[in-house]
Amino acid sequence: MEIKQTALAGTLESSDIQIMLSKGTDGVSIELESDVEKQFGDQIRLVITETLHQFELDNVKVKAIDKGALDCVIKARTIAAAQRALQTQDQPAWEVF
Amino acid sequence: MAETTERLRRTMMFVPGNNPAMVKDAGIYGADSIMFDLEDAVSMAEKDAARALVYEALQTQDYGDAELVVRINGDDTPYYHNDIKAMVKAGIDVIRLPKTETADMITTLVADVAAAEKEFGREEGSTHVMAAIESAKGVLNAPAIAAASDRMIGIALSAEDYTTDMKTHRYPDGAELEFARNMVLHSARAAGIAAFDTVFTNMDDTEGFYRETKHIHQLGFDGKSLVNPRQIAMVNDVYQPTEKEIANARNVINAIEEARIKGSGVISMNGQMVDRPVVLRAERVMRLAKASNLVDEEGNDLEK
Repeated sequence: MEIKQTALAGTLESSDIQIMLSKGTDGVSIELESDVEKQFGDQIRLVITETLHQFELDNVKVKAIDKGALDCVIKARTIAAAQRALQTQDQPAWEVF
Repeated sequence: MAETTERLRRTMMFVPGNNPAMVKDAGIYGADSIMFDLEDAVSMAEKDAARALVYEALQTQDYGDAELVVRINGDDTPYYHNDIKAMVKAGIDVIRLPKTETADMITTLVADVAAAEKEFGREEGSTHVMAAIESAKGVLNAPAIAAASDRMIGIALSAEDYTTDMKTHRYPDGAELEFARNMVLHSARAAGIAAFDTVFTNMDDTEGFYRETKHIHQLGFDGKSLVNPRQIAMVNDVYQPTEKEIANARNVINAIEEARIKGSGVISMNGQMVDRPVVLRAERVMRLAKASNLVDEEGNDLEK
């Protein structure tokens, strides 16, 4: 599936992560900025990638700015960004939740 | 509704639903109930994000023994149905309906909740509901609202909207709330559910907070809605029984045990018969004493 518009979810506050999705051409590419990139970078990328796959988003560019978010926050913000990008906020994809 | 009368509900802490730091840490303050807010604490543009955040947090975070409540958006908003679906799927304990004005609103909510339980394969009846009363109409209909469904666990007064509706505002002595407080409280008691008092928002006025909490404790409220974790200890302090109350309650409990061993139907203490209301009060005092860590599970004093 292709995204319909560039979309943003999350904030730059502590414990949050801001996720921006825009159209990509070459699979899921993630540009991650995080103070804990060394320890948790792979895990953060994994949560984002898995969640996007559940939306069947295969070509998408992700810009993520992490402020120490837990996995559940990363997943929630990715869901919100994906639904905004697909313009489906009003019909949540319950199977992804 | 044995389960609802058993549970202590002294403190119901508001947690803004779109704030990850607060959602994540909500369990560490020892509130009896945690109320995630999807309504007024969340801007229109973030309703979808808050719903997802609270949902995912409920799947993974440990909130201990706290009762988990969510305040959804009202039935006059486009978010109402998705809020219900998400929270029922998440397995929330209680859905709090804001601005409740009629028993029909609860009947409709319960039908929507039941449909969501079916859709997501949750046990029928596992999701409870409660009503927030925020208007003159709501106050006058409170008895019917409180008794509208056996899923109802409580009814809460929300004073900011209510005082605006009444063409007044909040005063330090709370006289403007007296009728509403008594209506909500009597409606709750008549229906056998919990009564929650409104929030107190001025964090600098500790004296005022204590004065108000003592007042609603005296009236008979189960507890209070809170906006700041600092208020939890203050409410628990007010609800903590005195040594004399505990000693008296222990005597009553012992008398019950003695009567049970003797096989006697009549409970007597110091030669006087103990009535059922005295027994119920003693049991509540012991529950509060346990919650305040004044006695252990068997009711023995703990070292201070």
